Amino acid sequence: MIAESGHYALVLALALALIQSIVPIVGARWRDAALMNVARSTALAQLLFVAASFAALVTVHVTSDFSVANVYENSHSLKPLLYKITGVWGNHEGSMLLWVSILALFGGLVAAFGNNLPLSLRAHVLAVQAWVASAFYLFILITSNPFLRIANPPIEGRDLNPVLQDIGLAVHPPMLYLGYVGFSISFSFAVAALLEGRIDAAWARWVRPWTLMAWIFLTLGIAMGSYWAYYELGWGGWWFWDPVENASLMPWLAGTALLHSALVMEKRSALKVWTVLLSILTFSLSLLGTFLVRSGVLTSVHAFATDPTRGVFILLILFVFIGGSLSLYAWRAPALKQGGLFAPISREGALVLNNLLLTTACATVFIGTLYPLALEVLTGEKISVGAPFFNFTFAPLFVPLLLAVPFGPLLAWKRGDLLGAAQRLMVAGITALVAIALVLAWTHGGATLAPLAIGLAAFVIMGALCDLAERIALFRIPLSLSLRRARGLPRATWGTAFAHAGLGIALIGIVCETTWNSEYIGSMKPDDVARVAGYELRLDGLNPRQGPNFREMVAQFTVTRDGEKVSVMTPSKRNFTTRGASTTEAALLTRGASQLYISLGDTSADGTIAVRIYHKPLVLMIWWGPVLMAFGGLLSLSDRRLRVGAPKPAKAAVRALQAAE
Amino acid sequence: MTLWFVFALMTVAAIFAVLWPLSRRERADSGGSEVVVYRDQLAEIDRDMASGIIGAAEADAARIEISRRLLAAADQSGREEPVQGSLNLRRTAAIVALVGLPVIASGFYLALGSPRLGDFPLAERSRVADANQPLTNLVAQVEAHLEKNPTDGRGWTVLAPVLSRLGRYDDAVRAYRNAITYAGDSADRRADLGEALMGSAGGVVTAEAKAEFERAVALNGDDAKANYFLGLAAEQDGRKADAAALWQKMLAKGPSDAPWRPLVQAALVRVGGSVPDVPPGVSAPRLPDGAVAAAKDMSEADRGTMIKGMVDRLATRLKTNGDDVEGWLRLVRAYLVMGERDKAMSALADARQAVANDADRLRQLNEGLKNLGLDG
Repeated sequence: MIAESGHYALVLALALALIQSIVPIVGARWRDAALMNVARSTALAQLLFVAASFAALVTVHVTSDFSVANVYENSHSLKPLLYKITGVWGNHEGSMLLWVSILALFGGLVAAFGNNLPLSLRAHVLAVQAWVASAFYLFILITSNPFLRIANPPIEGRDLNPVLQDIGLAVHPPMLYLGYVGFSISFSFAVAALLEGRIDAAWARWVRPWTLMAWIFLTLGIAMGSYWAYYELGWGGWWFWDPVENASLMPWLAGTALLHSALVMEKRSALKVWTVLLSILTFSLSLLGTFLVRSGVLTSVHAFATDPTRGVFILLILFVFIGGSLSLYAWRAPALKQGGLFAPISREGALVLNNLLLTTACATVFIGTLYPLALEVLTGEKISVGAPFFNFTFAPLFVPLLLAVPFGPLLAWKRGDLLGAAQRLMVAGITALVAIALVLAWTHGGATLAPLAIGLAAFVIMGALCDLAERIALFRIPLSLSLRRARGLPRATWGTAFAHAGLGIALIGIVCETTWNSEYIGSMKPDDVARVAGYELRLDGLNPRQGPNFREMVAQFTVTRDGEKVSVMTPSKRNFTTRGASTTEAALLTRGASQLYISLGDTSADGTIAVRIYHKPLVLMIWWGPVLMAFGGLLSLSDRRLRVGAPKPAKAAVRALQAAE
Repeated sequence: MTLWFVFALMTVAAIFAVLWPLSRRERADSGGSEVVVYRDQLAEIDRDMASGIIGAAEADAARIEISRRLLAAADQSGREEPVQGSLNLRRTAAIVALVGLPVIASGFYLALGSPRLGDFPLAERSRVADANQPLTNLVAQVEAHLEKNPTDGRGWTVLAPVLSRLGRYDDAVRAYRNAITYAGDSADRRADLGEALMGSAGGVVTAEAKAEFERAVALNGDDAKANYFLGLAAEQDGRKADAAALWQKMLAKGPSDAPWRPLVQAALVRVGGSVPDVPPGVSAPRLPDGAVAAAKDMSEADRGTMIKGMVDRLATRLKTNGDDVEGWLRLVRAYLVMGERDKAMSALADARQAVANDADRLRQLNEGLKNLGLDG
């Protein structure tokens, strides 16, 4: 009954979405408040039903009900409980259900907290949201239904892909989907604005928190995915310019641009048409990512299934939504009024530069990802566009972007003073030079550009701090006054500083890891000693061990440094009997921000085992950076001026204490 | 029946979600307005000026800009006040919900769903006694118990041989391994594990199985099962003399009334070894030569058909999937054991062709062939 109720709840959600797609639009057309308010209750009911449906799927997975085909194909009764739950979205059907659940969640959030939106805008936004939802409900029900049953249920399931049996699966896809799908809200806002034929500064003010929320989740999701690939796949790499990774990077780049252009629009009512376009493009890229991953166009660990009908269906959805929204844009955008003017050197100008660089970077990734596919379709020729292409195109775009990042917040709106900003960044510049000198003096070998890149990172981090120092007038007024000003600064300002500093921190990690990474690759037998970056690793022995649904060969290494024992590391290789597959569990030893990394290869007949040992200096900073960026975003989101559906500002006196950006 | 009741309740809830806003008499909240946003922005300008972030001239310019937006917004929202909607429109919407929701929902569900199928959670299924498969259910119950208490060594010890007998060799292997981990290592368990491994490999003593038998012998040199299968491994590898020596040693050392004697004697005859005399002092009746010969004939025929079937299956599988180097080696070895050297050579050629594109596998294949005593 649970499985069938879940199925029916999903069908009801589709029916509700169809009503939500039409009734509010009609209501907005005839300005009927009751009809427009239907959007709200249906959005909430839709959320309720999809949540029930998702809960049903989780329940049948947990109880190992193999009469549900999806459970039979992706679960096993011996799987630990956590992986029974995460396995729900570790497969195509379940992950699509998670996708629509999150879509419904965002729709429900707009319905519940969108009190500050004008009625017709809210009705339009929710209706557009329902269009997207209807399309995906249909997709799930027709081509990838997770609730299909088996009349004579088998006694045991086929287990989940072992690579996915990891804590990473519990976090990475939900985060990433919250990001991807979160951008559907800005898309809906953009289409709603085009439908209404009216857009102004207030629109940006309303759409910004939603964009920010989606951006925070996407940032964390990408970082998490990268870390997962780093420790689970056993290659020691953290970014492979894999098409699936690029598919998540593209919406992030576009979304970051959107976040910044919405700021200009909110403050100056400028860049309106551009912001609408970015909103549409960001979500289109999210859809494209879904298409690339789900259609099986790319063969990778992410593409759980390859089924042409699915591909065609998603392509159809893609065509309708991207094509439709862009046509609507082409038709209605010229009618939108242009807003405020500004000089090239100004905060707006800096943000335009940011947008130009980010969208160009996004376009580069787009070409690098899709060109090989297009070429293969057209000529049948297979080429691979790999890291060299992206490094050569991406770096020249990001260097000027990073150079410009500290200047932006220091420039005034409308007309800025570049020289003044440069003077205020003097400290950051000097720090950068010192950092370059120190790195040159302390290290030897590695790429010649590496010290310069470290200097750039130092400049970005110090630039963010300079901005804060400037705002609280540090060292210019008594310290106690500065501290009081610091407390009074809007959280958004702190958020900006953290997010920008996060960029610099990630850059340091990237440069150090790629330049001064040392490794040992060879075969070892028990009692052999490998020396990597001043550490000595002794292979104590190999022991077989039985896990719940796998068998593993655990190697034990004793790590010493200068004769002192540091720790014991136990990498392993796991064999999963049900699927006949094996995974490599790398062992990581964290020392500060650096890590030692051991992954095992094959054992050979003479008792030796292939071992790869890496020392990765400051590698953790690669992920601390994005986490700091997300934290900055969170601070910004918690700024009461941005808060979604916050009660109307109560006391002007309290707010007067806050200085503004 | 309850299922349909639940469906009906859900449908009613969905319809209610649509009808509720339509039925509200009083003016529904008209939502927020842009005016609020611009008022906020004006207040922000004042704050900025007070804290000295912008100058008076800039503040004035900004104020004018925002005021202009404020006026436009106020103007707009005045014009866009929602009107009291027409009753007809609402009635139409209500009818759409009342009819459309159940029609769409039941239309999709009846086409896709399986309302007659109840739930089959694994725990429930194991508890239901089924007269047809009592053993299977019993096993499922023990398995469910072990799922919750995976460290129960005794449970694994009981379960493993049953699984082996049911032909669920892969599961038996896991069970024996767990028994060894949690109930302690012993020669018997190692030998049983090896036998299960053999079972999952279709009767061939794989390197993995052989390793287990060797461990068993290391624990207890007289373990009959392990010694017998080690002999079988030698026979399958084509080392008949070794096999004979092993089995002869077994017969010489083992007790005269051991139940495995006939089996080993038959095997020994098969590889052409001579059955040793019973150790002095033990007066066990020896099987007459005729009986041995009969047993040999019978088992040879049975064995022959069985092995042939197995080998044919392997060959067919490799024809469709040639990546399995281990499989190729097993096939070649099987042909050699069966004395069909021509077939072995042709299988060898096929194997080379199948893995020719993969340097790793080719190397692996060549090494394996060298071990079989064929050219490298």
